Amino acid sequence: MLLTDNDLQAIWLTVRLAGIVTLILLVIGTPIAWWLARSRSWWKGPVGAVVALPLVLPPSVLGFYLLLAMGPNGPVGKFTDWLGLGALPFTFWGLVIASVFYSLPFMVQPVQNAFEAMGERPLEAAATLRASPLAAFFKVALPLALPGFLTAGILTFAHTVGEFGVVLMIGGNIPGVTRVASVQIYDHVEALEYLHAHRLSAVMLVFSFLVLLALYVWRPDSKKA
Amino acid sequence: MPQTAPKNVGIQIQLSLAYPAFRLEVDLDLPGRGVTALFGHSGSGKTTLLRCLAGLERAPQARIHVNGQCWQDGRHFVPTHKRALGYVFQEASLFPHLSVRKNLTFGQPASKDKTELEAMAERLGIAHLLDREPERLSGGERQRVAIARALLTRPQILLMDEPLAALDLKRKQEILPYLERLHDELEIPLVYVSHSPDEVARLADHLVLMNEGQVVASGPLQETLARIDLPAAFADDAGVVLDTTLGAHDEEDRLSRLDFPGGHLFVSQQSRPIGHKLRCRIHARDVSLALEKQHDTSILNLVPAHVTGYADTDNPANVLVRLDASGTPLLARITRRSLRILDLQPGKPVWAQIKAVALLD
Repeated sequence: MLLTDNDLQAIWLTVRLAGIVTLILLVIGTPIAWWLARSRSWWKGPVGAVVALPLVLPPSVLGFYLLLAMGPNGPVGKFTDWLGLGALPFTFWGLVIASVFYSLPFMVQPVQNAFEAMGERPLEAAATLRASPLAAFFKVALPLALPGFLTAGILTFAHTVGEFGVVLMIGGNIPGVTRVASVQIYDHVEALEYLHAHRLSAVMLVFSFLVLLALYVWRPDSKKA
Repeated sequence: MPQTAPKNVGIQIQLSLAYPAFRLEVDLDLPGRGVTALFGHSGSGKTTLLRCLAGLERAPQARIHVNGQCWQDGRHFVPTHKRALGYVFQEASLFPHLSVRKNLTFGQPASKDKTELEAMAERLGIAHLLDREPERLSGGERQRVAIARALLTRPQILLMDEPLAALDLKRKQEILPYLERLHDELEIPLVYVSHSPDEVARLADHLVLMNEGQVVASGPLQETLARIDLPAAFADDAGVVLDTTLGAHDEEDRLSRLDFPGGHLFVSQQSRPIGHKLRCRIHARDVSLALEKQHDTSILNLVPAHVTGYADTDNPANVLVRLDASGTPLLARITRRSLRILDLQPGKPVWAQIKAVALLD
């Protein structure tokens, strides 16, 4: 066996985290992208900037504020405590919530671009064919934006797999709970287990390359649509 | 804004819409049958007016009634998808992710009547294209699919926004016959935006002239085209449209006679039966005037008429003379000098010598 049990556990945790975050962001990110693509409101600028913040913010800064917010004295922490869920930091779901913020722009921006590229016309045409706004969204906008969703889904998944700073701030390093692959590699290096670090790093490298390859191979398709 | 009571027939539109550099101000009562052309230069507001009628654009204070149904007034705004209309955009706007067939059934009522779909496809000459993807259609084919798609929603009014403007001449010729058939067969009103005098002359029954957001004239096509008090909207294309009946064939000379209330016209022989309705167009520039009936002339079509008025044209050397041929209006473009020499005052009898007749069917 090339990878240790701990490595496999970390990889499985990473995949689970990235999968759940991608699904949650599909649900949350799509309406935000829709609104950003079509609104003429003054709020469009500020909201767009907030969504894009994780692109430029050091992950440790984002993690630090989320830690404060979700901690026992933070507003989110008080709320989860009141719900009887306890504090979120150093739990898997704490990590999920942090990752949702961290990967938000990777979901919103490609989907927003796809909605913008589509323009108003297909939706107007749908409306003149008796489609309610909701029907037009599902029957016309979603299929036309599908390449954008594919890009967004892949980027979100991959970006969540690659996070490190936020995980350390929020999740710490608990095996099976918050110790994801990137943290596991860090541990291997700290412990001077270079062989293990090599193997897990190679897995990550191949994974990242395949993801980007898929994106670039898909690109002609997205152009056609 | 004057408030007229909504009627049960026709289309009533009152709206006022202000943009930074443009103001649309419209109060129209359009017929509930036949083709109404909204004609004007680009930027005259005709497309915006059509979009307001469809609910794609929202004019805050508008009142819109279509055949007795309120689509918008001070309190209500019926959204586009609840208006029983069909809309054909300038670019066909087919859904690229759906086949032609699925585009056609997109707006069809829930029954998805297959015979109806096939009959409609047959009617617009797209039956052989049903399983194609839209991107593999020519511009003309796409536009025909778009028209069929709009009609399959069983609309109570059909709106068309320059459906031919994006096509080259050949494609236009390919679609016009279908539009002419719609004109003859359609039970519902059709509002047609165009900046092409030729399309208007071919298709319209009612003409609305628009200029800089204002309605300059609105009336039956023949009357409105023959008005000389309007700004030179058609300029060099000024002329009248006549709805004629094929009266006789002259086999020897290979001619056909077209009858209209004010007389008749000879045109090269038509392969249509006697009694067939033909629309033709006579440009003012193709009509000259004589005080006596000319016998030694090669011009076949001499129509007695009398002068009812004249007006200036863009070219200061010319005037546009309006004639009445037993109730049928005609226009002649002659020089100011001829006007003076012949002393063409209103009421004066003349012979209109018609050099060319353009058949529009």
